[in-house]
Amino acid sequence: MTLLAVLALAAGTYAFRVAGPLLAGRVTVPPRAERLLTAATAVLLAALVATSALLEGHAFAGWARPAGVAVAAALAWRCAPFPAIVLAAAATTALLRLAGVP
Amino acid sequence: MRSLHRTIDRATLRDIALVCAADALVGASFGAIATAGGLPAWLPIALSLLVFAGGAQFAALGVVLAGGSALAAVATGLVLNARLLLFGFALSDVVGGRWTRYLGAHLIMDEALAFTLRRRDPAGRRAVFRLCGLALFACWNLAVAAGALAGRSLHSTDALGLDAAFPAVLLALIFPALAAPAVRKAAALGAAAAVAAAPFLPAGLPVLLAPLALLLFRPARTEAAR
Repeated sequence: MTLLAVLALAAGTYAFRVAGPLLAGRVTVPPRAERLLTAATAVLLAALVATSALLEGHAFAGWARPAGVAVAAALAWRCAPFPAIVLAAAATTALLRLAGVP
Repeated sequence: MRSLHRTIDRATLRDIALVCAADALVGASFGAIATAGGLPAWLPIALSLLVFAGGAQFAALGVVLAGGSALAAVATGLVLNARLLLFGFALSDVVGGRWTRYLGAHLIMDEALAFTLRRRDPAGRRAVFRLCGLALFACWNLAVAAGALAGRSLHSTDALGLDAAFPAVLLALIFPALAAPAVRKAAALGAAAAVAAAPFLPAGLPVLLAPLALLLFRPARTEAAR
């Protein structure tokens, strides 16, 4: 990834951010577009969770990482605080690796 | 500081501090994963300062470390950040004045939106947005820089389990949105399809295609409007 790619991502992201404050009052977002974008973001992030939990490159990442993410899912379901979810996931994966699970 | 204590209650300050702590952990893992993966330290630091969006940064990094092209990394990051367009409209009253809004806009993100939307009074909304945005900007960038420098001496972040931290954070962020049945079904289908397609498609592309699952499961009028 080059400096040019970093700048392109930064410029596009800033454009998304600044458009609302500049256009508010003149343009309104249709509720349908808002619902669709909210849903699309959730689906994209879910796919990112699944691929980054299960895969390393194009191959299976081993059991330790998905196990840590499963612990995180259980804690998120129980409405645990954010730092607890993150630490529990990393700790589970680290301990499993220490025990020899790939 | 005295006016800050008047407009922002103790519980909100504590919650913002908790989120800062969690994001600092994630930021440190982001920096460490990037440099332990062989990237130069300036790259995660520049991404954090200029893009300042954890999900997009991790997604772009994931594509790059998996061997994907820079174009795929930028596209994945931009798709993830498209939601900031909506956040900007929702937060347009608190971002800043005629000139300060150009700086304030850079602080728009998931956490700032969540905290600001909990307030109704204009002064409180502005104060919460500013505090949450600036605190997270400081914590996030310091943590990424520290992680990036530490990561250079680590051969691999695997022993620390840091590779599980990123999906864990994303999962915690999207959990409320998954309460809507149509979104949950589309997310399950999109995630399964992305994993199944990953061995055959260039890195980054399966995740980009996942939202197509919404063609089968459309969010109803009452759903997904958090």
